[in-house]
Amino acid sequence: MASLHTVNKSPFSINSLKSCLEHANDGDTILLIEDGIYGALKGSEISQIVADKIGSLSIIALEPDMKARGIDSSKILTGIITTNYDGFVELAAKHDVCQAWL
Amino acid sequence: MSEQVKKFLYVNRKAPYGTIYALESLEVVLIGAAFDQDVSLAFIDDGVFQLTKGQDTKEIGVKNFSPTYRALGDYEVTKLYVEKESLIERGLSTDDLQELTYEDEDDDWAEKPSIRIVSRKEMGELMGNQDVVLSF
Repeated sequence: MASLHTVNKSPFSINSLKSCLEHANDGDTILLIEDGIYGALKGSEISQIVADKIGSLSIIALEPDMKARGIDSSKILTGIITTNYDGFVELAAKHDVCQAWL
Repeated sequence: MSEQVKKFLYVNRKAPYGTIYALESLEVVLIGAAFDQDVSLAFIDDGVFQLTKGQDTKEIGVKNFSPTYRALGDYEVTKLYVEKESLIERGLSTDDLQELTYEDEDDDWAEKPSIRIVSRKEMGELMGNQDVVLSF
């Protein structure tokens, strides 16, 4: 039973992404939204921790929130994919449980 | 009305008085207790601070809701999972937490501890084994 996790805070001010990564089970999906998309950045102090989980977890960033913040795909870690609002809805629909990391 | 028991997990990640999350969580748990579901509470990250003993809020002008955790057992909320790593990271041990108990109706009303200390790995597994997860 895979879960969808959402993270909406910057990993540089709040530990919710780190905690989420440490509690998610293999096969789960993490969707980065709002300020959470900063967790997808490469070359940051947290990017290695995130990169290590790509593969066992599916990590996805929400494009509208990236665009709003001037973060394009070239700035994010290889292996993190992006999606739009329709994709967000599909993810929510196909998972049994959605867990928000506030 | 058909009754289907679901596994509910309330995840607590915030310290008690800096924000309203902890109190709101407790209120939702108490309201939800009326629905006879399989309820568990998780305390991770700063959420472990909610259960410290000796809380005294007289001088900050807000309600001390920590005694309310002791009432949870009477509402059949008897599984409070506290993450060991979160305690250690904050210099806490189980001795710093309130003693919370419930009376087990299946065991001649024996008094048993409600707090269960689990590892981060076990907490992750617990989260992956729920029908509904509510975050605070």
